[in-house]
Amino acid sequence: MTPKITPIGIFWHKLKRRKIAMIAGAFIIILVLTAIFAPLIAPYDPYETDYSLSMMPPSFHHPAGTDVYGRDILSRIIYGARISLAVGFTSVIIGALAGVTLGLISGFFGGFLDGLIMRTSDVLFAFPGMLLAIAIVAILGPGLVNVVVAVSVFSMPTFARIVRGSTLALKESLYVRAAKSVGAANRRIMFLHILPGTLSGVIVYFTMRIGTSIITAASLSFLGLGAQPPTPEWGAMLAESRDYIGVADHMTIYPGLAIFLTVLFFNLFGDGLRAALDPKTK
Amino acid sequence: MITYFVKRCMAIVPVLVVVSVLAFAFVHLLPGDPARMMAGEDADEATIEMLRKQLGLDQSLPMQYLTYMGHLATGNLGISLRTKLPVFDEIKLRYFPTMYLAIAGMAWSVLIGVLFGAVAAIYNGKWQDHTAMLLSVSGISVPQFWLGLLLIQLFAVHLGWLPVAGYTGKFSELILPAFTLGATVAAIMARFTLSAFLDVLDEEYISTARAKGVTENSVMWKHAFRNALIPVVTMVGLQFGFLLGGSVVVETVFAWPGLGRYMIEAVTVRDYPVLQALLLLYSFHFVFINLLVDMVYALINPEIRYE
Repeated sequence: MTPKITPIGIFWHKLKRRKIAMIAGAFIIILVLTAIFAPLIAPYDPYETDYSLSMMPPSFHHPAGTDVYGRDILSRIIYGARISLAVGFTSVIIGALAGVTLGLISGFFGGFLDGLIMRTSDVLFAFPGMLLAIAIVAILGPGLVNVVVAVSVFSMPTFARIVRGSTLALKESLYVRAAKSVGAANRRIMFLHILPGTLSGVIVYFTMRIGTSIITAASLSFLGLGAQPPTPEWGAMLAESRDYIGVADHMTIYPGLAIFLTVLFFNLFGDGLRAALDPKTK
Repeated sequence: MITYFVKRCMAIVPVLVVVSVLAFAFVHLLPGDPARMMAGEDADEATIEMLRKQLGLDQSLPMQYLTYMGHLATGNLGISLRTKLPVFDEIKLRYFPTMYLAIAGMAWSVLIGVLFGAVAAIYNGKWQDHTAMLLSVSGISVPQFWLGLLLIQLFAVHLGWLPVAGYTGKFSELILPAFTLGATVAAIMARFTLSAFLDVLDEEYISTARAKGVTENSVMWKHAFRNALIPVVTMVGLQFGFLLGGSVVVETVFAWPGLGRYMIEAVTVRDYPVLQALLLLYSFHFVFINLLVDMVYALINPEIRYE
């Protein structure tokens, strides 16, 4: 049976042939399931301390060892997936919703609004992302919610630019002009006719951005500005491990590996999506 | 050409103004009364009132902004709340270590990144390409603070080849932090060079060169590589911002006595004049470096030069 030739059919057909992206996608699904079912999967309570087990190297009972308070590192990593994925997805979703809407408005209406939105994004671009996030946390105070706000803000301008670019191109297309000529309302044209055309760029950037956001959030927690101890957050766990380098290497290795692999899979999957959505590739 | 330069310089003026307004507004965005905060918790009303006058907080906002900018022009960045020393002097102490680290990180990452990207393009589809791109996607995905900790673990603690942290002026102290800081940028440069290089290889002048019998080596390095470098130059400016952000993390990991670590200290103890000055300094650097890069780009790209 030949596959149906619909845009989604073509996309799926192309994506399926990219083995690395498919593997990465499978890992992301496993990771999301792990996060959701963390209480069922984690062998121990992530907060349970046992000083007689302080800094035990990996063993059968504790595959990733224990930390300085004798807490099971594997369980903390499993619970940490909840935090990192939640922060990554939430901040990028907020950034994308705001950025896409602003980009649509900017590209569609042009003129003063366009100038205002684009100059604002220029200014946001003038602050390197990580520094902007630190500044926002400095105003709002440390904590995970404020980290989400900070990361959302600096995801926004790029989404706005991507969407503005495709909106400018699509605005002049025949079908949009046709919709206009039959009297469709602006809002209807923007969201029903233009928005779907901008989505392929948005989806690719969205996937890549989740990786970056997870790293930024973990970095902020590492610096003491995000999740606070004893929260089992990957960056905060690494901050706790700093004082025991050379004494308990596993405390540094495993939480970092969790961040690295998670971000790697999102990036590999994003690469695959980009290739599959690109009309030039086979 | 000169018109382009002038136009490009003029374009950053509004950005700089807005950035400075934001940095100025920063202190006013904070919850609470800045004077009360700066005076400390157990200060009496008279002291707070005096401080308010002293800081000019009793004047209108536009007036305060102008005073602030006036001070800025004379190098007066205010007084650190923690050390009571001029922020300018505090920054001066830490400026060189940060720039030294940033330039070292940028230099190796651009050289290695461009080289790997070019190799990947020349051996497109072969193992060299796959290896380079595997390294590249790993470099983009690795959190810098973790990479730094692993390097310390291996090269400083276990092997004892390099110092653990700190900076006293020795080159050996620069190696691990500079490597860590540049890793992600090297990865991004490699990817970008690869795609720029492949774009150039599709150009007609490459086919022409090959058709007239130019050796493959010469086609790759003389014709393709040099043209592929043009878009790569713009990338350097953009990545510098990323590097400045990364320096905050890397300086903290390696106890590097620079501006990045100073910024985190300032956030932790709420030393707002310091934060304000650093935000301004970082973003001005970022804007100016991008301006510089645009000018270099115009110099090497004939399409812009003759416009």
